[in-house]
Amino acid sequence: MRNAFGQPQSVVVLGGTSDIGRAVLHSLIAQRCRSVVLAGRDSARLAQIGEECLAAGATRIGTVTFDALEISDAKRCVDECFDKAEDVDLVLVAIGALSKSGEEYDFQKSAEVAAANYAWPVAAITHAASRMNAAGHGRIVVISSVAGVRVRQANFVYGSAKAGIDAFSLGLSDALAGSGVSIQIVRPGFVRSKMTAGMKDVPFTTNPDAVASAIIKGLGSDKKIVWSPPILRWVFLLLRMLPAPLWRRLPE
Amino acid sequence: MPEDLLLSGWGRTAPTRALLVNVNDKSEVANLIDSANSRGVIARGLGRSYGDAAQCAGGTAIALQPINEIGEIDPESGTVEVGGGTSLDSLVRELLPKGWFLPVTPGTRQVTIGGAIAADVHGKNHHRDGSFINHIQDLDLATPTGSYNVGPGTDSELFWASAGGMGLTGVITRATIKMMPVETDKVVVDTDRFDDLDAVMSAMEQGDSDYRYSVAWVDCTARGRRFGRSVLTRGDHAGKDSLPVADRNSPLSAPRPPRITIPRPGPRHLLNPLTISAFNELWFRRSPRRRRGELQPLAQFFHPLDGVANWNLLYGDRGFVQYQFVVGLEHAEVVEKAITLLTNARIPSFLAVLKRFGPASPGHLSFPFPGWTLALDLPLGPPQLSGALDRLDEMVAAAGGRVYLAKDARLRPELVATMYPRLEEFMAVRNRIDPRGVLRSDLGRRLGIA
Repeated sequence: MRNAFGQPQSVVVLGGTSDIGRAVLHSLIAQRCRSVVLAGRDSARLAQIGEECLAAGATRIGTVTFDALEISDAKRCVDECFDKAEDVDLVLVAIGALSKSGEEYDFQKSAEVAAANYAWPVAAITHAASRMNAAGHGRIVVISSVAGVRVRQANFVYGSAKAGIDAFSLGLSDALAGSGVSIQIVRPGFVRSKMTAGMKDVPFTTNPDAVASAIIKGLGSDKKIVWSPPILRWVFLLLRMLPAPLWRRLPE
Repeated sequence: MPEDLLLSGWGRTAPTRALLVNVNDKSEVANLIDSANSRGVIARGLGRSYGDAAQCAGGTAIALQPINEIGEIDPESGTVEVGGGTSLDSLVRELLPKGWFLPVTPGTRQVTIGGAIAADVHGKNHHRDGSFINHIQDLDLATPTGSYNVGPGTDSELFWASAGGMGLTGVITRATIKMMPVETDKVVVDTDRFDDLDAVMSAMEQGDSDYRYSVAWVDCTARGRRFGRSVLTRGDHAGKDSLPVADRNSPLSAPRPPRITIPRPGPRHLLNPLTISAFNELWFRRSPRRRRGELQPLAQFFHPLDGVANWNLLYGDRGFVQYQFVVGLEHAEVVEKAITLLTNARIPSFLAVLKRFGPASPGHLSFPFPGWTLALDLPLGPPQLSGALDRLDEMVAAAGGRVYLAKDARLRPELVATMYPRLEEFMAVRNRIDPRGVLRSDLGRRLGIA
């Protein structure tokens, strides 16, 4: 169960090899989390992070592999995660896939980015929410992105998928009011991580540890949206109002 | 009608959803236990446990208040049979005018008999009269393996497991309680103010045995020379002779219902280090340095907060946690260390309550044992609070002490067996009467005990 401070004892990470997910787990285990289930694509890497969690103090580890392009497989993945975990308090959805520059007009690649960032997570979150709803408690934290707040031409497929998952999560959050299950959306800025390796920094660039601590802090609150860094909330309030011709000309 | 509801404890933290079902008799309780889903069932009285003891996420919470009949009191022995959902408030209203009072009363009358037993509550007279279970002759328990009548002489294992068992050994549907005869509805109170912690603790060591009731309120925000300054109030029931002559004709009347209701949670920053210090300062200054023989109404002496129906809302929408621990008499220094830890971490606490416990009851998970107990009200908000309490746990456990489960909302499960060395015995009883684990609560799940 989550305690009075919102600290979970059992967590499932979808996208278990993500840098942010790893940093979050590190803090959660230091608090009191003991059951960790990691789901991701790379089973060797999952096993390795599982070992790290055990060394840090977790007592129950499970790993589940999935392919974010297999949408019909999302339910199986979530069920396996819940069955391997103790009564789940927190599902962290840390799935993200970027396309490379030059792939904007590759229809296959675009469809894959849309599937991995939107369609698969929608299926998985829906099923996780229904499992948690049956248990009468739980929190789902969805890592969205400021890229979805106003979509830029530089990564419009990714941005649109994040806009979609963000809107989906907000809607689901309302639908779950009074159920004991809550959804929290995290909107990080540009995060220096393995997903963005080789890309240039932008203003307010952050790192996985900073996003992780924003997530940890967010668990103690009922805020629907957590910005990381917090100032991005105000930056994007302005950017959203920028006239389209100006927005289009903003440097990448 | 049964209702799907978000339930939380009095501290208003960690709400979860359960089906809340009102029951009118034992057979309805048994039916609910039999038809429980995999998330289980737990009894819920008036929801005064501070943490998650009376909630059961995804399962059923059995609302017991309708089982509230009060039998005829036996004028010889003072025993009375009451339904498990009877509130201490209604019991006092019914019996105080007839000259009977609760043998043990917690800081509020708004708890049920079932809840008082399940938490094995204590009062200001613990050093002399023990905890609530010491005054229970027998009780009826509805469990997944049937219903039992238990007492110190009949299935005593189940009886003692239920004392402080947090409802995890069954639903208490009826109990026989032995009341205490009183001549008046007043308490004769002696008040002393002390400028530091050592002074109040040595006064309690020396003088507690002279009084039936004794408790000290400690200002945990005071620093430096005034660290641990306290107001000690001690007293006993007033005899008829101690009343003014005019009052002797009607010495017994029931307490008044609450006069104030808070409409909604207070603003988030109403309680901050500044306002809390100011409140503590005011409260300390208005207490007399030394006063003897003051007549106070029972309600004012025992249940000062019952004047406000839902005072917990004053802590704002984030709620609060209560932290209460006990350490043996030989570890009195932990009290000072605990207050120091909080003041150094700049965690504001409302007046803390300090008391010396007497002998423990045989309840497996009963909280009190001979030693010092300190209870702290801590508003949520300071980010350092959760870590500070984890450090306090370590300190308390290392001294062989424990925290009170009825108030807990955040203990680490690893420490339960250390703090409650008889946990295994408790689990054995539980496995006997509930082998499939139907009796569940969020507290039980969180602490890994059910």
